[in-house]
Amino acid sequence: MARFIARRLLQLIPILLGLSFLLFVWVRALPGGPENALLGERGTPAQLQRIRESYGLDEPVIVQYGKYLERMVTFDFGSSISSRQPVTEEIRQRFPATVELALAAMFFAIVVGIPLGFLAARHHGRWFDHTSIGLSLIGVSIPVFFLAFLLKWLFGVKLGWLPTIGRIDATIDIEHPTYFYTVDAIVAGDWSAFVDVLKHLILPAIALGSISLAIIARITRASVLEVTGEDYVRTARAKGMTRSVVERRHILRNALLPITTVIGLQVGLLLSGAVLTETVFAWGGMGTLISDAIFNRDYPVLQGGILFLAVVFVLVNLAVDVLYAVLDPRIRVS
Amino acid sequence: MGLGSLYHIRFVRIEGEAMTGRTKATALATLVALGIVAAACGSSSKKSDTTTTTAAAGGATTTAAAGGATTTAAAGAKGGTLVFGTSRDPVVLDGAFVSDGESLRPIKQIFETMVTTAPGSTDIVAALAEKWTASADGMAWTFNLRKGVKFQDATPFNAAAVCFNFDRWYNFTGLLQSADVSYYWGTIFGGYAKNEDSKAPVSLYKSCEAKDDATAVINLTSPSAAFLAGLAVPAFSIASPDALKKYEADKVSGKSDSPSFDGTFGTEHPIGTGPLKLDSWVKGDKLTLVRNDDYWGDKSLLDKVIFKPLKDGPSRRQALETGEIQGYDLVAPADVAALSAKYNVLQRPAFNVGYVGMNQKKAPLDNVKIRQAIAFALNRPALVKAKYPAGAEVATQFMPPDLFGWSKDVPKYDYNPDKAKQLIKDSGVTDLTIEFWYPTNVSRPYMPDPEANFTAFKTDLEAVGFKVVPKSAPWSPDYLNAVNAGNVSLYLLGWTGDYGDPDNFVGVFFRTPQDAWGFSNQELFDGLTKARDIADVAARTKDYVDLNNKIMEFVPGVPYVHTKPSLAFDKKVKGFVPSPVQNEDFSKVSFG
Amino acid sequence: MSAPAEILGDAGLPIPSRDDERKVGSLLSEAVRRLRRNPSAIVGAVLISLFVLVAIFAPLLAPFDPRRCDVSLLPGPGQVPGPSAEHWLGLDLNGCDELSRIIYGARYSLLIGVVATTIGAFFGLLLGVLAGGVGRKTDNVIMRLVDIMLSVPGLLFAIAVAAVLGRSLGSVMIAIAVVNIPLFARLLRGSMLGQRESDYVTAATSLGVKKRKVVLGHVLPNSIGPVIVAATLALATAIIDAAGLAFLGLGSDDPTTPEWGRMLAQTQEALTVAPQLALFPGVAIVLSVLGFNLLGEALREALDPKLRQ
Repeated sequence: MARFIARRLLQLIPILLGLSFLLFVWVRALPGGPENALLGERGTPAQLQRIRESYGLDEPVIVQYGKYLERMVTFDFGSSISSRQPVTEEIRQRFPATVELALAAMFFAIVVGIPLGFLAARHHGRWFDHTSIGLSLIGVSIPVFFLAFLLKWLFGVKLGWLPTIGRIDATIDIEHPTYFYTVDAIVAGDWSAFVDVLKHLILPAIALGSISLAIIARITRASVLEVTGEDYVRTARAKGMTRSVVERRHILRNALLPITTVIGLQVGLLLSGAVLTETVFAWGGMGTLISDAIFNRDYPVLQGGILFLAVVFVLVNLAVDVLYAVLDPRIRVS
Repeated sequence: MGLGSLYHIRFVRIEGEAMTGRTKATALATLVALGIVAAACGSSSKKSDTTTTTAAAGGATTTAAAGGATTTAAAGAKGGTLVFGTSRDPVVLDGAFVSDGESLRPIKQIFETMVTTAPGSTDIVAALAEKWTASADGMAWTFNLRKGVKFQDATPFNAAAVCFNFDRWYNFTGLLQSADVSYYWGTIFGGYAKNEDSKAPVSLYKSCEAKDDATAVINLTSPSAAFLAGLAVPAFSIASPDALKKYEADKVSGKSDSPSFDGTFGTEHPIGTGPLKLDSWVKGDKLTLVRNDDYWGDKSLLDKVIFKPLKDGPSRRQALETGEIQGYDLVAPADVAALSAKYNVLQRPAFNVGYVGMNQKKAPLDNVKIRQAIAFALNRPALVKAKYPAGAEVATQFMPPDLFGWSKDVPKYDYNPDKAKQLIKDSGVTDLTIEFWYPTNVSRPYMPDPEANFTAFKTDLEAVGFKVVPKSAPWSPDYLNAVNAGNVSLYLLGWTGDYGDPDNFVGVFFRTPQDAWGFSNQELFDGLTKARDIADVAARTKDYVDLNNKIMEFVPGVPYVHTKPSLAFDKKVKGFVPSPVQNEDFSKVSFG
Repeated sequence: MSAPAEILGDAGLPIPSRDDERKVGSLLSEAVRRLRRNPSAIVGAVLISLFVLVAIFAPLLAPFDPRRCDVSLLPGPGQVPGPSAEHWLGLDLNGCDELSRIIYGARYSLLIGVVATTIGAFFGLLLGVLAGGVGRKTDNVIMRLVDIMLSVPGLLFAIAVAAVLGRSLGSVMIAIAVVNIPLFARLLRGSMLGQRESDYVTAATSLGVKKRKVVLGHVLPNSIGPVIVAATLALATAIIDAAGLAFLGLGSDDPTTPEWGRMLAQTQEALTVAPQLALFPGVAIVLSVLGFNLLGEALREALDPKLRQ
């Protein structure tokens, strides 16, 4: 197992090198540069040239890349050209927002998705099966920004139950030692702030989690159906075990394996795929950080941010594989 | 703001009010004549004093009254918190290092400038300086400073502090001279003590002397009125010298290709003399300002002002409706009517122009008949009626009607498709294919929805026989880049003015050859240069009227709208006065 | 990532038989039979047929030219004439006939979905076949490339690609296609690896059939089931992704292009004053995407031998 993990971590190096080079070339292939984004139409050629020189953008790409690699070794990813903050600091503040949202979305998807899939399988082929799967599919079929807007309109504007923007009410002040607002509220010992943070999480989590919900429900349903057909389940039933015991001891337990895999893969996707949700809910996470950086041609943020997400993605996948091996003794990781 | 909004063209981030520009330099530089007028008037004193360049120039002022509704100035309740939705985070809270509207907005509250603009207008009035006089040659400006003013760190404001700030800016080195950092200094003063760029001009600034605690004299290397107008921009905010030093405002480290700003002045400790001071700033989440209880003037009515960045327009409106915010900027015209029932929708005076630009380097736009045909073909009144809020006017020329020099006799191009067809026929042009460009990912005050404007005009052009090839690019940097480089033919653009002078509009566009317009009309260039430098207001007015007529005969482009940008507030919010240049003071606002 | 797939090749040496071939045929007919019994499949098929028919016959169905807009028909900002006898669904924010735009929109959504999926599937399958069928070295190189592509979030990846290619319908299709490539590559490779050492392949190779012939003639066709399912679902995702890209300002140069995602994104600003304008394209998107999703899921179930009862 240790060797497996070590090998996979080693594989990370060529991936990152390849990705960083592709990123480097790509951001410089975009039309216009940060100097244009900073000064816009009115920048004189001389001013633009000065900015290019200040940021070393006038050198050959390969030289720039060499310098970039050199700094990367010391975990120096440079500073954002538009906010002037170090990229690492930007990520430190933004990444927790994305993780918090992803976890909340995942929580929603699991808590609703597994029971839904389980019940659908139990009523296999009947109306409950079709409607529940059909409904969860509608969730996948709505563009996220539209779903978000509808949720905000209904629960925010019409009913007034839930807040529609940001991570905490603007008038509540708490310290942010971790930038996980739930944790920050607990650290501050502020119960009302904690509740407020949770309320802010609900709508974005539903909007973001709807796709995972459908996938988890489907996988749950499929694997429960599959396990139900296995000999040992039939045997157990034949032995006279009650349905609920069989469900608990055999079906659910064995169905959990593929479900875990899927959940693991979803975490990776949620961490990274929240661009639209973050935009609509004014959620200052990685998605908006990077999409803004594309429009501002903020090279250091683009390079550092996407590279960071890629590392997270690969690590999450590794964790899923390891977990898979742990859960299923039949799997030998070699 | 001040000089700023002219630059909406530049700061591009999706919706941010922006300010920028090379032309700003030229535009400001042209104020020389005006400045001397102001100096001659002795521009005295006191808060009520409105002797300003524009006032002196006669009828050039734009006031809030000229705009839409204004919240009643009646002082509301004291105390409370106002949450205001902005389009994005500030870059940093150090005026010397920014040029975008969303940074200047909080800076305007925390800091004060030597002079400022009167509420709701572009008139220059006293701020930290109570009085100012210029020497006869216009090279030495004496400022009599307000007494008893303290910075928020309790250090005294005095002539030494003023000189410290000016010398700080003047002595910027390395990256700090870059236009993305000290844009305004570079624009108004041209150069630095030691120019990093060998081609940069000699600095307009020469030295600053603290005659006594309350008298600062600023010496220039040549006469300039741009200087006084420029000082009203919050970029020239006077900061506490102690704080600047203590929090290492100017410290830049890191390798040359990866500079990092290490000081905490602009992020954690911006110390000025303003009515509000920084409480906390959680980037991407909110910026909280609190009342400065030691403020020298009327203390802020609100306890707290929170600026909340909300990039997405519909999200801002929803947040107002749910009560999460109590006001926001950049209200979409489509929402104005709907919101007016339950909220106060305020309008800034129409100090802008939206136009269809034409690049005469691209055939057939070099043909004046084709340009006129386009002007006749565009149904501008229909667009303005359908897409702009009440109060917006169809433009007949490249500057707003409130400004002196506006001509009522310009050649008009009322919507007339038949005449357009006839002109096309007369022109002899057979290939009527035209590339028509519009920007995406942007909403400007004069162009809230570029796609809608494009769609309407495209239909109009096709109706008279043009074959329109749609072209688009994200506003920043692609679109601006393409326009600036003269790579587009027909395109949508516009301008928001900085101060009340015709040169700030027509001078910016047509005084010099520009790739975006692609023409060389020496008569026009000379005329505009001459008009800029005339001291006599009546003569200037006459010149500009003539020039506006000439321009519209030449039809370098088709101006189509002057609009009133809107803000929306909860009904309980009182005392907000919209400014044509976004110099808006939140300390006079009350809530509840 | 590929651990589960790598472990699958442990089988013994069963007797080769022609039954395997026959089984594939009966599997197919059984799949069809099962599909016809599944209400999800029927609803999905009906939705898709409707969608395709509207797309094909758009010029006959649409009462007006969807690109012909008249802004002078609009009384003021945020005021959009609703449904009337002449314009059944009213006008849009630019003064175009909404019904005609919705009808023509089917064409664009179908076009984007089909083209993006086809391109993505083609290159993905090509990579997958190379990885799964050639050899360990090729496999390693290709899979590392796929890992790199997968490690960048899909939508960000699409934004990135579209940003380089500039604004056009083509660049949106290519962007979405590129996102699909690694997914198809991995899917096919996994499926092929799973079979490479299965009974009939071992049999074929031991009988002296050339490797290339085995891969192309046997392994590939047997791996195609999951690919069809994935393609159906990818079509649905492509339509949704195009809407997301439109929301972020990427799409055709021509704002009068009657593309549902774009129409939906354009009307976000006016949702409170003219909610119907968001509702129509919104519902159109949901129904067409739902059609592909329902059919895809039903297909998956029908083709999965494990779920046979």
